[in-house]
Amino acid sequence: MSATPAPLLHVQGIGHRFAGAHDGHWAVQDASLELHAGEVLAIVGESGSGKSTLLNIVAGRIAPSEGRVLYRRREGDEIDVHAVGERQRRELARTEWGFVEQHAHEGLRMNVSAGANVGERLMGQGERRYATLRETAVRWMERVELDAARLDDSPRGFSGGMRQRLQIARNLVTRPRLVLMDEPTSGLDVSVQARLLDLIRLLVGRLHLSALVVTHDLGVARLLAHRTLVMRHGRIVEQGLTDRVFDDPQHPYTQLLVSSVVAA
Amino acid sequence: MKRDLPAVPVLDVQGVHKCFTLHLRDGLQLPVLDGVSLQVRAGECVALVGPSGRGKSTLMKCLYGSYAVDAGALWLQRENGERIDLARAAPRELLALRRREIAYVSQFLRALPRQGAQDVVAERLLQAEPVGVEPDADPLDDGPFQAALDSAREQVRSLFARLNLPPGLWGLPPATFSGGEQQRVNIARGFILPSRLLLLDEPTASLDAANRRVVIELIHEAKQRGSAIVGIFHDEEVRDAVADRQIAFTSH
Repeated sequence: MSATPAPLLHVQGIGHRFAGAHDGHWAVQDASLELHAGEVLAIVGESGSGKSTLLNIVAGRIAPSEGRVLYRRREGDEIDVHAVGERQRRELARTEWGFVEQHAHEGLRMNVSAGANVGERLMGQGERRYATLRETAVRWMERVELDAARLDDSPRGFSGGMRQRLQIARNLVTRPRLVLMDEPTSGLDVSVQARLLDLIRLLVGRLHLSALVVTHDLGVARLLAHRTLVMRHGRIVEQGLTDRVFDDPQHPYTQLLVSSVVAA
Repeated sequence: MKRDLPAVPVLDVQGVHKCFTLHLRDGLQLPVLDGVSLQVRAGECVALVGPSGRGKSTLMKCLYGSYAVDAGALWLQRENGERIDLARAAPRELLALRRREIAYVSQFLRALPRQGAQDVVAERLLQAEPVGVEPDADPLDDGPFQAALDSAREQVRSLFARLNLPPGLWGLPPATFSGGEQQRVNIARGFILPSRLLLLDEPTASLDAANRRVVIELIHEAKQRGSAIVGIFHDEEVRDAVADRQIAFTSH
């Protein structure tokens, strides 16, 4: 096949033990993965499987006990996320990455208006014209199917689904090259979850996002991800094309997970 | 209808083995494919025949990449002349092939909930020729995307009309459609783009005679464009009309 371009993200041999963990307990062990531009990779597993820890390590929020996270920047050079300084890591988070938290209030600033939440990251990139910020915020609110008339409202008055949409707009406004999502649809009513998933799918297809999505919901992986990776007890037990992982699971644990889903 | 077929097969399946291991059933082994080999040339349609449960659909899923194979090779000669072993291709290579060169019409439509039938099919056109991939494309400007979507829908509507799918259904999600209507959406998705390799698993099972004839025409057109086709057709009338050769799946 044609020459393989370098991956956007290259996670090599990540291991992590939390301070105070009892002997021999690794939250993540021996985890390696690659993500290419335009790919969506789902990380599935149950609570305590280490999937969120791995995501936070990729995001530079937790320093791993072992291994490296290599990220290829817009300029084309590869940097070791945990070897650079805190300032550089923060700049990456601000300019090249987005992070969608499970609980929207953790990813939003609850004391400023919806519009200011969207505009903030743009201001961080140097945009200062009030009219431009406001207009961009309106258009992004429309993009995520929020009522732009609520531009000046506080997200405190928003429902869970609306907050999640706002958080997504706040992240995407700077056109991140890598979007990390931690259980983006969990904790919402089923119908709200479905509409949010439709929106994320639409944005992924429309904006050609590169994303790592952590989820315990195999349906989310099936719907969004090109590839899926299964974690159990801190280890990656299987990874591959999403339909292959679900239709022809090889590992006993993946077979158990797939067989546990009740078809609607 | 004899034509001179090119020497190098588009698809060259060599000694494929596939065994399912059911870990939840004490590791029960279900051998399904035991050294299957076959070749299909451009413009040729090969029918897999034999009783149910002999691995015909399994081979299709291995070719599409939904199933892994244990041993053997699945060589595809690509549009650009390169050869790639589908059994060993990386996920992203398989995805790229599915976008442009391999199409699969299965018996069942696994459509997304809440997506209209015409967009289920239009999506394939949009994935083959994505719009707005350039890093400086404006994510808020829907103009180019909408134009591509409109023209994709136009193409889909004319294929739907040919398949006699009632226009009232085009915008509706296929989940509530009848079996025959869903199958036509599936067929449209498989035939909307020319493919190098076309996999047809019972494409006419729930169709009436008139629509079966449309599918036979579509298959003939695909052969004329040079597609290599592997099909499972329990309907002998369809099989006789389209297949150049048959390969028997009789025992393991």
